[in-house]
Amino acid sequence: MITNRLIIQFVSFFAYVLVQVMFLQNVVLFDKSFCFLYIAFLLLLPVDMGVIGLMVLGFITGFTVDIFYDTLGIHAASSVLIMFIRNYWLNMITPQGGYDSGSMPSIELNGWQWFLGYVLPLILIHHIVLFYISSSGFGLFWFTLSKALLSTLFTAVVIMIVQYIFYRKRIT
Amino acid sequence: MQRLFLFLYNYRAFLTFLLLEVFCGWLIVRNNNYQGAKYFNSSAAVSANLLETSRSVHEYLNLKEVNEVLAMENARLQKQVEQYKQSLYNLDIRQSHDIDVLNQYNFISAKVINNSTRRFDNYITINKGLKQGIEPGMAVIDNLGIVGKVKNVSEHYSVITSILHVNTLISSKLRSTGDLCTTKWDGIDPTMAEVLYLPRHVAISIGDSVVTSGYNAVFPENIPVGVVESFEKTEDALFYSVKIRLASNLNKLSYVYLVKNNMKIEQDSIQNITFEK
Repeated sequence: MITNRLIIQFVSFFAYVLVQVMFLQNVVLFDKSFCFLYIAFLLLLPVDMGVIGLMVLGFITGFTVDIFYDTLGIHAASSVLIMFIRNYWLNMITPQGGYDSGSMPSIELNGWQWFLGYVLPLILIHHIVLFYISSSGFGLFWFTLSKALLSTLFTAVVIMIVQYIFYRKRIT
Repeated sequence: MQRLFLFLYNYRAFLTFLLLEVFCGWLIVRNNNYQGAKYFNSSAAVSANLLETSRSVHEYLNLKEVNEVLAMENARLQKQVEQYKQSLYNLDIRQSHDIDVLNQYNFISAKVINNSTRRFDNYITINKGLKQGIEPGMAVIDNLGIVGKVKNVSEHYSVITSILHVNTLISSKLRSTGDLCTTKWDGIDPTMAEVLYLPRHVAISIGDSVVTSGYNAVFPENIPVGVVESFEKTEDALFYSVKIRLASNLNKLSYVYLVKNNMKIEQDSIQNITFEK
């Protein structure tokens, strides 16, 4: 059972990163809105995973994406940050009855409202950190902020769509 | 001692967090230097191969347009060759004697396999590298104007810092008057750039073209940079604030030329000697 889950995570890591660097890297909406779907992989890691493991995985994932984006360190830094705060945030929004050990915090766990409330703040933090680091400062404050907000929307919508396509079937 | 270990153990999560973030910060700073991290970028073999595959799919979509542009460029070059042939009849024979000057610039064409224009720091990956004679610091142009400078080179691929990069400065001049200025991207619109340090007394008008100055041994002289779109002279500023429309359309880049300056070392070394004295 455990190896089974490991294989799923391993495959989904490659799937998310490949889609990110081969397809989504070339997608920009309204000149401002980017999609960083790969963080869904990090957000969907099992709830009982230790924070150190999360951060190491966050670093590896971010670093891999960085290699293709030629932005060494930027995606890694923001991914490590959201992985650090993820468990605190999950504890704060624990649903009634708590989490089963080893469950994925996906849409099948608690419905889409809970899931959206879980991912949206983390995506927002990730994108704000990402865009302000890559603009190297607050020189273009409003422009950067608008980029971060629009990208948050885009990423969230795509993550929801992926959830409905790939993770929903286990509900029924 | 035991307390120290206990302390480290209790705060292990936070300490790991700090360690990873500091490491990321170091990577970011190092990558921002002009020729930074050599191995982990899109010119590395695995990532470049992947990007090339994905690019080959894209290529079918704008094949027609690329063909048109190449045909146009061919025609233009044909015309230029003809013009030079004509003018060579009257050329002073002593001037054409120095073979080094005649062959100062080599042009190498390369295909773009990865490109971005909407980020704050944009890079381009091309399919030629060390084996084909590409070196860091070479100028990159396309048939319309300047594109950027080579940053990292691997065996078969290279990464170019595009002109749409906050740290790229291009030494340029106004074609009509010859006044020196600097072109820099403002970070927002990938078709526009700013011209800095253009003194107030210069007479400029909308539609003037800005070209490279040829002062820094990277870009040859008179490569188009852009066309003046709007300019403003505020009361208390020392310089104009000028916006130009970039000559090359970086959104549709597919083939670029790398310019190798065979006399770069000579020019740089004599300039360095002068500055040191």
